[in-house]
Amino acid sequence: MNNRHIYVLSAVLVAVSLALFAYKAWVLGLPLQPKQETQVWNIEATIKFEPGPAAVKATLRIPGLTPGYAILDESFVSRGFGLTTRSAPAGREAQWTLREAKGPQVLYYRALVYRDVSRIAEDTTPPFPEQPIMDDASRAAMEALIAEVRRQSADVASFTTGLLRHINMADNDPYVSVFLRRTSTPAERAHLATVILAGAQIPARLAHGVPLRSETGQVRVESLLEVHDGVQWLYFNPQSLEQGLPRDFLIWWRGDEHIADIDGGTLLDVTLAAQQNLLDSMLVAERRAERLGSHSIDFSLFSLPIATQAVYGVLLMVPIGALVIMLLRNFIGIKTFGTFMPVLVALAFRETRLLWGVVLFAVIVSLGLLIRFYLEKLRLLLVPRLTCVLTVVVLLMAGISVLSQKLDIQPGLSIALFPMVIISMTIERMSIVWEERGASEAIQEGIGSLIVAAISYVIMEITWLEHLMFVFPELLLLVVAATLLTGRYTGYRLLELRRFRALLPQGG
Amino acid sequence: MMLGRYRGLAQEGVLGLNKRNGDYILRFNPRRLYPLVDDKLKTKRLALKAGIAVPELYGVMETQHDIRLLPDIVRDHSAFALKPAHGSAGDGIVVIAGRSGSRYRTVGGTLLDEGTLSHHLSNAINGQFSLGGVPDVVIVEYMVRFSPLFERISFQGVPDIRVIVFRGFPIMAMVRLPTRDSHGKANLHQGAVGAGIDIASGVSLDGVVGTEVVTHHPDTTHVISGLQIPDWDVILDIAARCHELTGLGYIGVDIVLDRDLGPLVLELNARPGLAIQIANRQGLLRRLQLCEEKADFSAAPQARVAFSKQWFQHPVGPTIEPERVAAAVA
Repeated sequence: MNNRHIYVLSAVLVAVSLALFAYKAWVLGLPLQPKQETQVWNIEATIKFEPGPAAVKATLRIPGLTPGYAILDESFVSRGFGLTTRSAPAGREAQWTLREAKGPQVLYYRALVYRDVSRIAEDTTPPFPEQPIMDDASRAAMEALIAEVRRQSADVASFTTGLLRHINMADNDPYVSVFLRRTSTPAERAHLATVILAGAQIPARLAHGVPLRSETGQVRVESLLEVHDGVQWLYFNPQSLEQGLPRDFLIWWRGDEHIADIDGGTLLDVTLAAQQNLLDSMLVAERRAERLGSHSIDFSLFSLPIATQAVYGVLLMVPIGALVIMLLRNFIGIKTFGTFMPVLVALAFRETRLLWGVVLFAVIVSLGLLIRFYLEKLRLLLVPRLTCVLTVVVLLMAGISVLSQKLDIQPGLSIALFPMVIISMTIERMSIVWEERGASEAIQEGIGSLIVAAISYVIMEITWLEHLMFVFPELLLLVVAATLLTGRYTGYRLLELRRFRALLPQGG
Repeated sequence: MMLGRYRGLAQEGVLGLNKRNGDYILRFNPRRLYPLVDDKLKTKRLALKAGIAVPELYGVMETQHDIRLLPDIVRDHSAFALKPAHGSAGDGIVVIAGRSGSRYRTVGGTLLDEGTLSHHLSNAINGQFSLGGVPDVVIVEYMVRFSPLFERISFQGVPDIRVIVFRGFPIMAMVRLPTRDSHGKANLHQGAVGAGIDIASGVSLDGVVGTEVVTHHPDTTHVISGLQIPDWDVILDIAARCHELTGLGYIGVDIVLDRDLGPLVLELNARPGLAIQIANRQGLLRRLQLCEEKADFSAAPQARVAFSKQWFQHPVGPTIEPERVAAAVA
């Protein structure tokens, strides 16, 4: 009655539906395409060591705080070893222990990481570092160096770059040469930077990690200098002096310790490898939603058992099929047997495929009609007759299945999925129309139903649509809005343009 | 071309199915009143109470058991009609014109033995012809002897007159003439001829079969147009009063002309079809809108009929001539 009411309601439904959809698609990153994949990396650490005679304890630092990346899954391969993981100053540690081991041992750590820009270092502000302990000469050199660098800098960032420049030119710098030899490794130089920064009351630490690039295989650990400026951590490449965390850099652990150490044995080798891979976006999104604390996935269809999920995958398509039928009936004006009979037949087509579905449907309805005409002669009462038709339909279906098995026609088996009650009713109604209105009308309406079923099948078969409906069931609110609007469509139907053509002004 | 046709129909005020359902049936026909017209027995009883003539009720068969009572019910009547009370579009109706021996002869000349007829009745009682297949009852009633007037333009069966009544105002009418194709049924769907009737004068217009215009009856080859329907004022009066009978605002009233008894109401329809527009070669919408704009819906039936006769003279033009407006005001 009140069209404005309906327009407002539809607009609200559309808005809610699209808002939910947008949130899930772009904030949670639920995939818009079926089988969409996200780039992930398999990273792996391999530790080889020679155990000593007594109990052995192997410690491996593993990724914990990883700005720009999130860990999807991790696993440890260590036959016979006891395993614990715990947080440590350096990040996280995995500790393998074994009372007695013979021969070289190999342990693996594997993790699946993906890029997640929303993930930033969730560190708290560190306390001011303690003054490093050193002899007087060194201290004097350090203080002179700090004074020199401070004179040339304005803030923590420029102080750090200045200091790194001095350290890298160790040969020419009288103060730095107190700490370093000409042959000092980059690691030693980076470590020196943290010591001097501590002397200058600036919290600093080393961050070690691996670059994740598209090429795969063994990767080498690179180190960055992390300096806290009172607000956030700043990253510096100690050699190139570049500031900022490179996009493809996965921080593995922090601090001065080595990536692994062995207690009661000899560390032979630690290798790190990274391999780029593609993974179902849905898994990644689920994980992300979990981390964002969103319950939209907990309360989504994905929380259901797999078998139930499959059922809903189909069920959610039923409104789409009904929508198609609604459009065909109210805008085109096609007549069908029973309002939603074609949707159910279309559902059966999903199993039989279209061509076989149409053939089987036609066969079973024609045979059913023949039986029905014969029963008419027997003058059975209505309900017994319907029951009889239903029973015969089931027998026919079984017969066709067995026959097609013998003939090795696979699709014939899926006839069992036809909605037999609906088919029996169709047969009954078709035979009444046949008798009352004539064969041509009955056949016309039958073919009309079949065409409508075929059209809704084709639309319900769009995998992309099925995926969208399952991942974003709120899109069904759009269907509701469409039904509300169609419910108030009072214009002509397409076939009425033909039906009433005699009423056109020029008689055309 | 599609759009042109669409506009053309809109200009002519053609009422489409969606608009009929959405703007008229849903608005003016409350659901709770449907049983009054969907059940022919209820309609008949209401009409009798209101003093509207209907075919005489001989009896009702409500259960399988009652079928055996048929010979008793029709003992004094050689001709009678059997109708499922909830049948639609004439489905399930059997008209018996006489008997030969133990068999019944239908109006079409077919002989039915008792078993065949019982089977048909049993199907009807079980709901084969009712909407949704709900159990039904079968009405046994007077067989209409149609007025000789129609003999020349009707093939077997009984021609009937359909009047669309909008909130008590007859707004469009047609006569439905059975043909060989329609098996003697006055059902346009099955090939009967529909011919519009000028509301003002009661004179028939050209006919249509399906969507094709015909000037002559296909079986009797007589001219259809120009026939003056007898008792036209009575027919309009009955149609107008059927509104009060049910309270439904948009109905089709089916009336037959009996040779001896004059106009009788056969049934009312809460979802009357749209083919009447083709039969009249005019859209319903213009008349409906005219009615809504100008009519006094609290008027008595006579006044309503007068209004309809004044405004709905065929053809109702798109614009209203000034003198007609003046006449209406006066």
